[in-house]
Order: sequence, then C-alpha cells, then structure tokens
Amino acid sequence: MSVPLLQAEDVLVQFPAPGQAPIRAVDRVSFSVAANETFGVIGESGSGKSTLGRALVCLNRPDAGRILHDGADPFALTGRAFRAHRRNYQIIFQDPNAALNPRMTILDSVCEPLEILGEATAAARRDRARAMMDRVGLSGSYAGRYPHELSGGQKQRVNIARALTVRPKLMVCDEVVAALDVSIQAEVLNLLAELQGEFGLTFVFITHDLGVVSHVSDRIAVMYLGKIVELGPAARVRHAPLHPYTEALLSAEPSALPAAMRTRERIVLHGEIPSPADPPSGCRFRTRCRFAEPRCAVDAPAFREVQPGHFAACHFVDQLTLQGPAS
Amino acid sequence: MRGWLRRDLRAAVCLAYLAGLVLLAVLAPWIAPYSPTAQKGAEALADPSAAHWLGTDDLGRDVLSRLIFGAPASLYASFLAVSIATGIGVPFGLLAGLLGGWVDRIISRLIDTLLSFPGIVLAIGVTGALGVGLTHGMIACGLVFSPTLARLARAQTLVVKNELYVDAARCFGASTGRILLKHILPNAVQPLIVQLTLLLAAALLAEASLSFLGLGVQVPQPSWGAMLARAYTYIDIAPEQMYAPGFAILLTAMAFNGLGESLRDVLDPTMKRR
Repeated sequence: MSVPLLQAEDVLVQFPAPGQAPIRAVDRVSFSVAANETFGVIGESGSGKSTLGRALVCLNRPDAGRILHDGADPFALTGRAFRAHRRNYQIIFQDPNAALNPRMTILDSVCEPLEILGEATAAARRDRARAMMDRVGLSGSYAGRYPHELSGGQKQRVNIARALTVRPKLMVCDEVVAALDVSIQAEVLNLLAELQGEFGLTFVFITHDLGVVSHVSDRIAVMYLGKIVELGPAARVRHAPLHPYTEALLSAEPSALPAAMRTRERIVLHGEIPSPADPPSGCRFRTRCRFAEPRCAVDAPAFREVQPGHFAACHFVDQLTLQGPAS
Repeated sequence: MRGWLRRDLRAAVCLAYLAGLVLLAVLAPWIAPYSPTAQKGAEALADPSAAHWLGTDDLGRDVLSRLIFGAPASLYASFLAVSIATGIGVPFGLLAGLLGGWVDRIISRLIDTLLSFPGIVLAIGVTGALGVGLTHGMIACGLVFSPTLARLARAQTLVVKNELYVDAARCFGASTGRILLKHILPNAVQPLIVQLTLLLAAALLAEASLSFLGLGVQVPQPSWGAMLARAYTYIDIAPEQMYAPGFAILLTAMAFNGLGESLRDVLDPTMKRR
C-alpha cells in the first residue's frame, strides 16, 4: 500500500491552564487520509476538531505523537525547508473575514502566497491570482476592494482562491460554511466538490453538521472531547453507527416526516459537553450516554476495529442495538 | 491625499498650521522683526504696540521675535524625543509581543522598571548623566516616553499575532520578518500613530518643563518653554507675558493631536468612504 498523504499517529495537543493540569484538546488521535479522499471530522464545539485541523497543517505542534505529511514528519524540517513545505497542506478557516488581512486589497491577499514562494514576476502573479479568482466565481471588479466590502460568501471564495494559488495537495476545511447563509453554503460546497476533481485535492472536512459531512465525505471520524469515538466509511457510520454518541448525533438531525410517522425515538443528550479540563473518568461519553454502566466509569474503552475499516471506542459495541438515521 | 484633505477639514487645518510653523522655524532669521536676544532695558515688559506686536519681556526683548526663534527649538525637541521613543519602544514592543517567552519577560520587566520612575525624575537623572542642554534633555525625554510605546506595541502585537490571517500567512510559509512587516505592523500601527501624535504634544510640554527647570534650552537662546518659565517669574506684575508662549504650545499640541486623530481614521480602510 502506498504511503498515505496525511497521517496522525497518537496525536496529543494540549494547552496550558494556569493552576491546573493542561487541557488536552486533542487526546491521542490516530488516523490516516489517502490521496484524493474526503475525510470528514464531526463533533460538537469543544470536541477539539478545530485544534486537530490546525495541528494537521502545522499551526499547532503536537505535544506527543506525530503528524506525517506524505510519510515524513514536517516538524523535522527547519527554517526555509519547513516554510517551503507548508504550501502543500492548506487550511480554510471558519471565519472568512478574520482570515483576510483587513488592510490588504483582495488582489494583494490572493497574490500573497505566490509572493511568499517567490514564484513568477509580479505581473504574472497578478494574472494567476485573477485567473484563480475568476475560477472560484469572483468577478475581477473585486480585486481592488477591501475585505469589509465583500459578503461572507465572497470572502470565503477569496480564501479558497488564495489557498489554491499554491496548488496544495491537501486542504483542511474547518467549518468552511458554518458562518455562511444557508443559500450560500450549498454554492460553496459545490464549488469545493468541483475544485477537488479539477485540482486533484484531498480534503479533511471538519464540521458539526452531519448533513454536510456525510454527503461530501468518503470516511467519517466522530470526535468527542478530544478523542475519536468512531471512524468508518461514511455510509456505514451514517446508516449503521457503532457508538452511542454517533447514534445521538444522527437522531438530532431534523427529519422531514410528521412526528407521528417517525419510527425512531429522538435521543436527547442532556447537559453540556463536559469540560476538557476535567474529562470524565473511564469512557468520556459516559456522563451523557444512555447505555452507561458502572464499568464505563472505570475503564476507558479501547478504540478497536469492529468491522473491517469501521472502528469504535465502546465497551458494549457488540451488544447494543443502535438506531440509524431518520429515513 | 488631496481628496482626503478636502474631505477632512480638521486634518487640512492642522496640517496647514504645522506646515506654517515649520516654514516659520526655517525662515526665522528673515521673518522675525528683531534679534531674539537684543535687549532694550527701557522697554521692559511693554504692552503690545505697533513696534512690538506682542510686547516685550522683562529684559525688553521682542516677544514675537523670541516666539518665532523659539519655534525651531520646540519643534526639534518634540521630534527628537518622539523619534528616540519610537526607535527604542516600537521594535522592543513588537519583539516582546511576537516572540513571547523569556524575551517578553525581560523586555516587560524593563518597561515596568522605567515606568516605575516618575517621568520628570528620570529625565532629570538622564540629563544629569549626559549633561545639561536641549538635545540631552530630549534624549532623556525619549527614554522616558519609550516604555509607553513599547507597552502599546507589545499589546497590539499580542492581539494581532493571533489573528487568523497571520495563521494563514504562516501556512503559506511566510517568514517571521514578513509576518511582522506585512501583517502585524500595519494592523498594530493605528493606535501607535495616535499615541505618537499625543507624545509629540507631550514632548512639547516636556521641553517647556525641562527648560523651565533650566535643564533644556540655555539662556539666552529662546524656546517656548524657556519663555514660559521666565514669564512665570513675573506672573504678579505681568501675567499677560504667559499668553504668547502658552498659546503657541497649546495650538501646536492641538494641531498634533488633531492630525493624529485624522490619521487614525484615514489609515483604517473600514472607515474609508466610498
């Protein structure tokens, strides 16, 4: 088997918390992403999915474990070599506005990556930037504008165009449509799907929206409190979930049926996601799990391959009968 | 630039005033009606008249001429102090904010140490060490002002360096120098510019204070601060002596501040009118 484009090996990212143990935002997470795949990561706010996304493109350095790009650890590179390598792994952020320097015109922003790489002449860079803006559906009349003059959807297109100018191999999309109007979300998602084929991109798609992730992803990882609780092919995770948390997420999806005709019961998770500063003992999901038993408070469940390619971390994964999504 | 001045009357007035002042300072020997040091004992503390538009001081020297000859000293003093403060404070502040860790701790303690002295005491101490004189006084003043700027630059850098566009630039492989110059400085500079213009005004007043204490401009050379100090001695018999240098300092300080506020607006693209 060829080397995966991206691998996470036991990745731990923690943040110092004054007066207490460090907060483990991402706690020993492992997975790999193959070229041209779309890998979905789903989780609530606070599950560590954005931190994971940042670690994947070297914006956060793992405190333990390794991130491998094309089989090699990018953090082993230094200085110029490290900076030159980064172009291959790009990220699009949730907030399209904050990702653009308010004092640079749109064209300057889109030109910047090529300027950093020192590719081509200034005029050629501008031509390429304009061509890329054109490709993502931004008219040239926006070139001289400043970010605050554009709508959220337009700004996200600028961010996409900017990232594409360096022809990355992999793009982490961190909640790229969450800040946009629903009508714009579909447009941007369709654009990304088109670009994937056109530029041979590999996506890591981070979202809290199951509808978005299951439609675009080949495989899905479900995160809860810094850990991956379930990982498998998108269709299997969606239709035959193995972990009670995934089941609850699926049941929270709006259903297009009148209440009386729905066959499944809605599983409501009570309370907030526990603080990652003080995670529950044993299984982290036990405080909100409807199947929790005394054992769950003692032993942390192993993350194991239940069916080929389908992993889950639950003691009772073989015994539970979980319901699928709304029909 | 022209469009900006046409829209912003305040900026135009302030800039015109300051340009006029600089012109006055440069052309002082040709414009001033008398020598600033020529004494006429018989006409001491005279009221304004056709011969002496602003009257004469306690030694019978023409106040208008001294005011005009005092402008270069005062302007030189302000710009020298603020340049030194900027040159020292801003780079240290940027570095402390960007690098963090022990660099930040050392620079921050240094800032705290400098700030813990009352400004005038520190200035007198430095003047004492370097020797009395306007240039030395203003170097001292620049040192006193530098921690304020360093602290502001550091705070701004701390805010800006965590912005997503800085992360984005890092992701494209931007070097630290590039991030500092292209992303952090332009977005941190706005409050710094405002602070600079406030400091220009403060330096003007500091020059007045130091000259008042005899640590700045030396007699018989004129400066606005020295004139004010001298007039203060005669406050009982000729209080109107304070007006000319006092208003000169007030107007110039206001012009600096006004220009600073206008600059803040024009430097912010989100405030730009379509």
